[in-house]
Amino acid sequence: MTNQPVIFTQALSKRYGQSAVVRELNLSIERNQITAFLGRNGAGKSTTIKMLLGMTRPSAGSGTVLGKQITNSQESRELRHRVAYVPEDKPLYSYMTVEQTIRFASSFYADWRPEVARKLLRDCELPLQRKVKMLSKGMRTKLALLLAFARRPDLLILDEPSEGLDPVGTEYLLELLVAQNAEGVSVFFSSHQIAEVERVADRVCILDKGCLLMDASLDQLRQFYRRIDLLFAAPPREREFQIPGVKRIDSSGLQMRILASGNAEAVVEKAHELKALSVEVVPVGLRDIFLHTVREN
Amino acid sequence: MFFKISPDAGQPLYLQLTQQIRHGVETGALRDGDQLPGIRTLAEELVISPNTVIKAYSQLEHDGLLELRQGAGAFVCVKRRTRALAAQLHAARSRIRDLIERLRDDGLLDEEIRRAFEGELLYPVEVAKKR
Repeated sequence: MTNQPVIFTQALSKRYGQSAVVRELNLSIERNQITAFLGRNGAGKSTTIKMLLGMTRPSAGSGTVLGKQITNSQESRELRHRVAYVPEDKPLYSYMTVEQTIRFASSFYADWRPEVARKLLRDCELPLQRKVKMLSKGMRTKLALLLAFARRPDLLILDEPSEGLDPVGTEYLLELLVAQNAEGVSVFFSSHQIAEVERVADRVCILDKGCLLMDASLDQLRQFYRRIDLLFAAPPREREFQIPGVKRIDSSGLQMRILASGNAEAVVEKAHELKALSVEVVPVGLRDIFLHTVREN
Repeated sequence: MFFKISPDAGQPLYLQLTQQIRHGVETGALRDGDQLPGIRTLAEELVISPNTVIKAYSQLEHDGLLELRQGAGAFVCVKRRTRALAAQLHAARSRIRDLIERLRDDGLLDEEIRRAFEGELLYPVEVAKKR
């Protein structure tokens, strides 16, 4: 049970008419980790999340969340009791006040923690008596997040949680994420904010055009991804550097730039063999890895 | 103790943490019996995944530099005196200062010097030894 992934999908797919939004997705999200689901707008992130939570039916494939089948309505109901979810559009009843919204939501959840809700409310400085329709975008986001963070779920799923938050709000959100995870809550959140992902996530899954392009630990990406800038008196042919791990080779005059997902040692050795005048090895940030991965697709 | 976490430094975050704590011990900034923040506290303070802190603390415990007591926190263990490193670092700094001075005299820009240093440090150790 403890080693079972919190989210597991096999060839999970969704088509709307002729267009495939999610294509044969195989996800395996580990327990107790913070996993980021990265992708451009329209990559299929929200659709995937909605399938996981029984809000839209997969066209093909299967999946489990916390060991429960997502397409079985009974099991789907059970799993939703143990998952806290903040949707992308943060739907709230606009005619309710902040206080009414919180009281209303708290009545649904067996895992509601009133003392945590009170603390969050103080920290967020939300006006209790104000109607939801009068809240700013940032305040609405905070209220939607509060409703999820006041619970003690097994899994927290957030769809673009930082949308609409200012830098202070985003920082606060990340602190809450970390605190939840420290209490043993697995976290799965979609985002296109690379800087926030880069700090808090243990793993990153990159989705593009409905396909999973990468599922890797950030530690591994940091340790192995390198850019190697080379300068030659007479540049060798690019194919000299087609060795395992090399993702991309660009040439410009006497310079060559190589992106490697590992095996940078071999590239450096090869460069010396080929009498490079200068060899510079530089780490590659998640932003560049993401852009490269998505553009190559 | 103050930590500096650089997400884009090309080094796993748990390694950055272990190295900074080890450095603290070796320079004497951290002493035997000093308490480090709990996993959750440190993760929240640095806004990094708690798993990163767990990994760093376990590594240091394995190396005998940290003692994790259930519920009480993490305590620094220094069995031998490692103060010598502070003096070593002091000497290294002055050598680096001299070198940078000479490179500037040769007409190199600070940016070029920085890139050269960073590039050399990122060379995989095995390759650097061969050269």
